[in-house]
Amino acid sequence: MAHTERRDAPGLPDFSLLKRLARDQLIFLLEQLPGKKDLFIDADLMSPLDRIANVTILKQHEVDKLYKVELKPIVSSSDQLCFLIRPRIQTVKWISDLVNSDKVAGRFRRYKIIFTPQKFYACETVLEEQGVYGDVTTDEWNFYILPLDDDILSLELPEFFRDNFLEGDQRWVTTAGSALHLLQSVYGSFSKVYGIGRCAKMVYESWRELMEEGEQRTRQPEFAKVFLIDRDVDFVTPLCSQVVYEGLVDDIFRIKCGSVEFGPDVTSSDKSIKVMLNSQDKVFDEIRNEHFSNVFGFLSQKAKNLQTAYDKRRGMDIQQMKAFVADELKGLKQEHRLLSLHIGASESMMKKKTKQDFQELLKTEHSLLEGFEIRECITHIEEHINRQVSMIDSLRLLCLLSITENGLLSKDYKSLKAQYLQSYGIEHLLTFANLRQLGLLEEQQAGETLTVMESKVGKLVTDKTVGKLTDAFSSLAKKSNFRALSKRLALVPKSGEEYDLRVPRDMAYVFSGAYIPLSCKLIEQVMERDGWTGLEEVARMLNGQEFAVTGGCSSSEARNKTDAQRIVLVMFLGGCTYSEISALQFLGKERGCRFIVVTTAITNSARLLEALLDNGASV
Amino acid sequence: ICFVCANYLHAYIINIELYEMGWNLKDGLRDCLVAAAPYGGPIALLKAHNRRSPSARPQLEIFSSSGLPLASFPWKSGVVKQLGWTVSDDLLCVQEDGTLLVYDLLGGFKRHFSMGNEVSQSQVLETKIFHSPYGTGVAILTGALRFTLATNIDDIKLRRLPEVPGLQGAPSCWAVLTQDRQSKVLVANGSHLFVLDNTACTPVTPPGLSPQASSIVHMCVSFSYKYLALLTDSGHVWMGTSNLKEKLSEVDTKIKAPTKQMAWCRRPKSQQPSAVVMWDGLLLVVGECKETIQYHLDDDSILVPELDGVRIISGTHHELLQEVPGACEEIFKIASMAPGALLLEAHKEYEKESQKADEYLREIKEQSLLSEAVRQCVEAAGHEHEPETQKTLLRAASFGKCFLSNFPPEQFVGMCRDLRVLNAVRDYTVGIPLSHTQFKQMTIQVLIDRLVYRKLYPLAIEVCRYLKTPEYQGVSRVLKHWACYKVQQKEESDEVIAKAVSVKLADAAGISYSEIATKAYESGRTELAIKLLEFEPRSGEQVPLLLKMKKSPLALSKAIESGDTDLVYTVVMYLKNELNRGDFFMMLRNQPVALSLYKQFCKHQEQDTLKDLFNQDDDHEELGNFYVKASYKEQRLEARIGHLQSAVDEYYKAKNEFSAKTTEDEMRLLRFQRKLEEEKGEQLVGFSLHDTMTTLLSVGLHKHAEQLYKDFRVPDKRFWWLRLKALAEKEDWEELEKFSKSKKSPIGYLPFVEVCIKHHNKYEARKYVSKVTLEQKVKAHLAVGDVEGAAEAAIERRNESEIGTVLSRCSATTDHLLVERLNRAKATVAKK
Repeated sequence: MAHTERRDAPGLPDFSLLKRLARDQLIFLLEQLPGKKDLFIDADLMSPLDRIANVTILKQHEVDKLYKVELKPIVSSSDQLCFLIRPRIQTVKWISDLVNSDKVAGRFRRYKIIFTPQKFYACETVLEEQGVYGDVTTDEWNFYILPLDDDILSLELPEFFRDNFLEGDQRWVTTAGSALHLLQSVYGSFSKVYGIGRCAKMVYESWRELMEEGEQRTRQPEFAKVFLIDRDVDFVTPLCSQVVYEGLVDDIFRIKCGSVEFGPDVTSSDKSIKVMLNSQDKVFDEIRNEHFSNVFGFLSQKAKNLQTAYDKRRGMDIQQMKAFVADELKGLKQEHRLLSLHIGASESMMKKKTKQDFQELLKTEHSLLEGFEIRECITHIEEHINRQVSMIDSLRLLCLLSITENGLLSKDYKSLKAQYLQSYGIEHLLTFANLRQLGLLEEQQAGETLTVMESKVGKLVTDKTVGKLTDAFSSLAKKSNFRALSKRLALVPKSGEEYDLRVPRDMAYVFSGAYIPLSCKLIEQVMERDGWTGLEEVARMLNGQEFAVTGGCSSSEARNKTDAQRIVLVMFLGGCTYSEISALQFLGKERGCRFIVVTTAITNSARLLEALLDNGASV
Repeated sequence: ICFVCANYLHAYIINIELYEMGWNLKDGLRDCLVAAAPYGGPIALLKAHNRRSPSARPQLEIFSSSGLPLASFPWKSGVVKQLGWTVSDDLLCVQEDGTLLVYDLLGGFKRHFSMGNEVSQSQVLETKIFHSPYGTGVAILTGALRFTLATNIDDIKLRRLPEVPGLQGAPSCWAVLTQDRQSKVLVANGSHLFVLDNTACTPVTPPGLSPQASSIVHMCVSFSYKYLALLTDSGHVWMGTSNLKEKLSEVDTKIKAPTKQMAWCRRPKSQQPSAVVMWDGLLLVVGECKETIQYHLDDDSILVPELDGVRIISGTHHELLQEVPGACEEIFKIASMAPGALLLEAHKEYEKESQKADEYLREIKEQSLLSEAVRQCVEAAGHEHEPETQKTLLRAASFGKCFLSNFPPEQFVGMCRDLRVLNAVRDYTVGIPLSHTQFKQMTIQVLIDRLVYRKLYPLAIEVCRYLKTPEYQGVSRVLKHWACYKVQQKEESDEVIAKAVSVKLADAAGISYSEIATKAYESGRTELAIKLLEFEPRSGEQVPLLLKMKKSPLALSKAIESGDTDLVYTVVMYLKNELNRGDFFMMLRNQPVALSLYKQFCKHQEQDTLKDLFNQDDDHEELGNFYVKASYKEQRLEARIGHLQSAVDEYYKAKNEFSAKTTEDEMRLLRFQRKLEEEKGEQLVGFSLHDTMTTLLSVGLHKHAEQLYKDFRVPDKRFWWLRLKALAEKEDWEELEKFSKSKKSPIGYLPFVEVCIKHHNKYEARKYVSKVTLEQKVKAHLAVGDVEGAAEAAIERRNESEIGTVLSRCSATTDHLLVERLNRAKATVAKK
């Protein structure tokens, strides 16, 4: 990194253990169905599975052929079918149909469904209703966490966001709780837990119950603190365009399960190359958290260094040459390969991002964040829609506008919505309904009195007690809060000041110095104050539901200034972006601590909004 | 000789008096069915049935080992052949008809079961109740001279054993063996011996059985099922291993009178086999040597075999007969020089403040046997029943320990604790005369269970606390039992009980209130059960019981509170089947979480139900959305429009005019698209308005595009963009120019420049530069690559940032003059 790093940053726990645990359990489950078998895998489990157990391992445990679950009739000659799936009703229904059609055909097979990370009663109900409950055996593969990198853990549950925040289906809450419990049982208990958001609270409750049921083990903890945060606490950050290298790569090429496929335009050959993006890749590791504008310079410097290293060959005698080939050449070659890939990627991104459109997009975003020249922004958005530039980007700008401006004026809302529908079709009526439900894109309510809203919101709020109704009010109030929050937490630096992106001075650098991610700022503040004292007003504006609990190990233990005390686990419920991870890394380096990010999935603006589309493709 | 040694006169057998019996029996144990449970368990008594007056009801009485009454009730069922105790201290009564009745220790009826048709038809002749690692078993010899056996009465699997060849009447004696993880029966018919297992009847011969015997009249198996003793009619006792492979000894008792009972008296790991044979008024201990030890009995007695000895219960006394423990023998043997004995002496001298203490100690230390001495004293203390003797020995041990630097304290401390507990439970009022060996075998958990069965809750809790048993295994468990018992007390009101329970259990860890509530519900106290459930912290635990009690609304809200979606599903699915549709929907309506879950389910499984749900709620907005969604799943246009029409209706009902109008527009658009598709053969249906217009323009159907523009009130800006793009796409520059002049462009002229450049037509682009507004001039000039023009415009506008932009596009070498000019202009602007 360009900026100086504190030397005493604590080391990280070894998360590869989690992979080993998952692999062992999977093997155990596969062995439960002895003999040759065909394995059907849910499409979105393919990549995570590959990180746990590759094809060779699966073959060793008598998996004959591998298929992707496509919800179509199958061609398999095996007498034993094993399904490795997420607990989704659709998939289970498909399996039931499969079993029933085999029955009709008089074909006898053994079926085993392995649900991961857990079974749901609803799935078993489907098996029962379809009359195949007795024909299949079911199991659970408790594969809760996939370590994507040394400090990024993912639950790989992109549907968490939609299910929990839009559909009001809380079934993944226990999963998140179990994931925390797993971490705790492997790496020791935490001294303090903070959180904000309804879901965070429920996850904590579920985790606490697991703690109470299980045995209490006293061991040296490897983390100090845990911070749980709901995605809906901060929608602004994931809606912004990412400009830090890793985030940008994700926005443009879509990083999937920690690896990315670079197309021919990047590789400058005719085939695509799949690259793992993690700290093993030394080139990538140095640029991942850098603002994009610095990356090119860095890479060219790197290329020069590489050349120098190659040039050392000249004037070597045979012996030295031998040593060079044996020790360095391979490393240099590897570095060379990666370097050329990242240069290719940067070029390709540069081409896309230096275009007029992107510059204007960024300008609009920044204006929205600052609350500046809103009229012009609306005009720009309108043009954006009219020219059909990008379905998702238009939606993103609309949402940003709505959140930062506390909803759109009725006139603007209607006209923008109408234009959007003209551009992209009427099915987006449903998309708008969803966005409205989440509070992402709303019409300012002029005439409605508070009591009407109260009864409306009261329905949305699910808890029994009257106390929850106050939450409803604050959620009502929440909408107007971005400006106030931004002011109170100083999220938007004063405009006009030069911001040197090569020497970042705060987390705002991840958005070109225009905005400090709300989520990260919140974490910083809570860590600094060791709780919510002094942040009451902020918490209220964020719809309350904040908590801080002293955890399992005693305070005297916690006082021990071990490395572990400076490791903070941050769990994002509903996904987090690479920009947020970069911002937290920056914060960690500033404060001499380390942040480990646990997320239900890596997200970005496109994924977030795509999850809320309701057209034929996504249902 | 010290006072302790008096009991050790008989070579290696010690007779310890446990209790003087607290009961007051008129005829002693005569004519009684008696059963005493091992491990110092309770004693059951039933007066033999009087055949002459069958209507007279005998009294069944249960006593503790010290003879204190625990229960007593008149026997109302059939003729009892045998009494026995299960491993969990339940009383088993075997009736003549093969029915088994189970009572708890306090006389409460638990259940009954039958040993099968065959048994009930041919009646029970004899019964043996036995204990094995698999639980309590029952073996029955029926009137048909066949054996029926169940190894575990809690999991009845009846086995009928094969026939014994040549059996005419009842066998002279038989016993149950547990070998090779199987229960077998050993039967003697005269001098013949058979082993019956599941499949076969095998004749066996005990090795070295003296030939004088013509019949085996008695047999007994040791507590561990390892050894067997046979008594022949010639008065010989044969002792050997129960697999009949090895003989240990044979002793002639010289008594030929009919025996009453025989039992093994042996401690685990002891080398000496010894059995106890009882005749009327006489008890004989036979061992390895020819010598026997005789005791006279004044009273009718029974023998209760134990792990490490035999208990003898008579009408007045309760004694324990056991082999002298090694440690005790070493210490208390007359003139013993064992280290333990010396240590005890040393301590005694020390108490007397005599210097002899030092001499003794020195003697032990010289042989470096001090730790051995301490160990012996501690072990001996464990075997002693008298607290005074225990204390003496432990004091001696503690004294010895002072002179050892590295002696581990666990053994000593553990023994002190154990003894304290043992003395407490041996107390007359409790009456569980456990030996230390038995206690260790039985484990503390079981002991606590036994105390709980006797409802000695305070003592049980004391024991748990004293032994520091982990809370959820100890105190909490006892409290749970207490609470389960408490909730069955009918005379107290719900409030009182609930309060009492909550107060007592408040701070105990790991209490499951739902279990207690289940108990309350089972004893018919639903209201109390609900009250108790309120205390259950884990709402998940409350749900199943609430469902069972048909408190479904409460169950549903508890499930939701638990945050466990699976649980909510369970309840929802249960309710779905339980209630009629209307009630079900009404209930969901009040529970948004459950409703949204159910909707999720319906989305995949029951689309129609989803519609019904929205209908019921009059949620027209959602219904509208539902129809819109349904519409694009349809392939046929008519159906599609049909759905949209429904959506329009719903939106109007929801007063959402915007959506209604938009949907109507969509219907119009669809019709328009189809018409055009039919006329022009262009693929259009399903496109958005924008896409439709793009397509129309690209194939030159300007009129139709124009029509859409008017009909759908497309904003001018969009239309201009569309036209512009379409024309540039076709590179119809002439038409584009005409279009640009048709009227004033609502999007300005910069887009014209940019679009032309995008299609690499600089020439055309230049045409529009002049039309661009002043603000965009610089941009336009730069777009066509006219740096000079840009500079001109920038300078004219005196805009610093624009000058900067232009400067950045100038190269220092070629545009030398220009750069100078710009710099100058910049300076002027800056000055102002």
